[in-house]
Amino acid sequence: MHHEPQATSSETAARETAPPTEPVTLPTTRPTGCPFDPPAELAQLRERQPLSRMTYPDGHIGWLATGHSVVRAVLADPRFSSRQELMHHPLADIGELPPATVGDMTGIDAPEHTRYRRLLMGKFTVRRMRELTERVEQITAEHLDAMERQGGPVDLVEAYAQPIPALMICELLGVPYADREIFQRHTTTLLTQSTDQEAQYAALTALQEYLHALVLAKRAEPTDDLLGDLTTSDLTDEELTGIGGLLLAAGLDTTANMLAHGTFALLSNPDQLAALRSDPDLADQAVEELMRYLTVADPAVRSALEDIELDGRLIKAGETVTLSMQAANRDPQKFPDPDTLDLRRKATGHLGFGHGIHQCLGQQLARVEMRVALPALLTRFPTLRLAVPAEEVPLRTGMNIYGVHRLPVTWDKE
Amino acid sequence: MELTIDRDRCVGAGMCALTAPGVFDQDPDDGRVLLLDAEPQPGQVAAAHEAAGLCPAGAITVIGDPPGPRP
Repeated sequence: MHHEPQATSSETAARETAPPTEPVTLPTTRPTGCPFDPPAELAQLRERQPLSRMTYPDGHIGWLATGHSVVRAVLADPRFSSRQELMHHPLADIGELPPATVGDMTGIDAPEHTRYRRLLMGKFTVRRMRELTERVEQITAEHLDAMERQGGPVDLVEAYAQPIPALMICELLGVPYADREIFQRHTTTLLTQSTDQEAQYAALTALQEYLHALVLAKRAEPTDDLLGDLTTSDLTDEELTGIGGLLLAAGLDTTANMLAHGTFALLSNPDQLAALRSDPDLADQAVEELMRYLTVADPAVRSALEDIELDGRLIKAGETVTLSMQAANRDPQKFPDPDTLDLRRKATGHLGFGHGIHQCLGQQLARVEMRVALPALLTRFPTLRLAVPAEEVPLRTGMNIYGVHRLPVTWDKE
Repeated sequence: MELTIDRDRCVGAGMCALTAPGVFDQDPDDGRVLLLDAEPQPGQVAAAHEAAGLCPAGAITVIGDPPGPRP
């Protein structure tokens, strides 16, 4: 079942006759003054050939996929492995990558991945996550109350975007929220691309020690939460610690950046902001479109387990393919007028949550959080606006998850 | 239109239950796809097609009736 538009024959012909191009490096510099747009070179590459040769920082010559159809095909194909030890890093020469740490299901393939995924997926179903709507509304209202009491300007990241998903994932996992500063700090260190190896290792160790102690406590005295439930499974302490770390990191940083960067995008597109404010029924669609337009978690990486022909090119066994979801989500063949934020468009089929067997486990939680928290913020503060010029908002350049470090906002007091 | 599912491939992402809730659900225990209606009514056909196309694991197969407006 694939609905992607196929390349027209004239485009295919143009591609075949185009001169062979030198391998590129992964473009990472976003256009100045366009905090929501991917690097312009990605669009140029996608137009020329949706699958390009790419030079990796360690010297490996692999591939870069920028077209929606190609990126989706690779993500869906089990012949492309997620095993971390097979990857060449697209951004830094850090030598041979080690296998994924125990419990990190993002860096392994079936059937090892299947075992972990099956233990977890019943806990993140559409229905279960929707049942959390009321709790998200409650937490959201409390944080809006606090903002209102404090008065503007406030940093929306600290006051709103970070604590709401953090509280939710802590409650779901059964991690004391009071401990969040410990793991939030370590998680930030881990997810900063520029952090040196030693600091990364120290942060990882500290986070693992904290979670390991928590797992032992839950084994001794099971609690009614996700980690507590999993103590009755066949997972080892080490596996449970690893899974806990992964879910915590994934729950803390991703939705938080969507909430803050999503608000920044809406404030920068007043017509879209007005549309969402005046029509609450638009919320579901708005969430999908913001996921498409912002694509804060990017790129993904896979390595070919065998020779694979794709889009008329031959990817050889052992070659790494970097998948630019942000380029794919701006592919005009899939999304007309892709660089326009249009909350009324049908953005489903975007790759903001990935695709294939590793597609985001927590996506239904993220949807509930976003569809509650974004409209609630706009409704509470009808005059919400940036408290600094847009170009002074510090962007999370060089972080695994893109977004803003701070978003100073203010509003008129009633 | 006729639908079949492969529960062994399912990864519980929930795209089917989100997109065509009258046709698909998720098992409350293991999160895997449940087919509520293997032969959806005309009003559900488009959503069922979309759900099949969105499934990240290719666990839903559509037999017959190409997507798009029906005569």
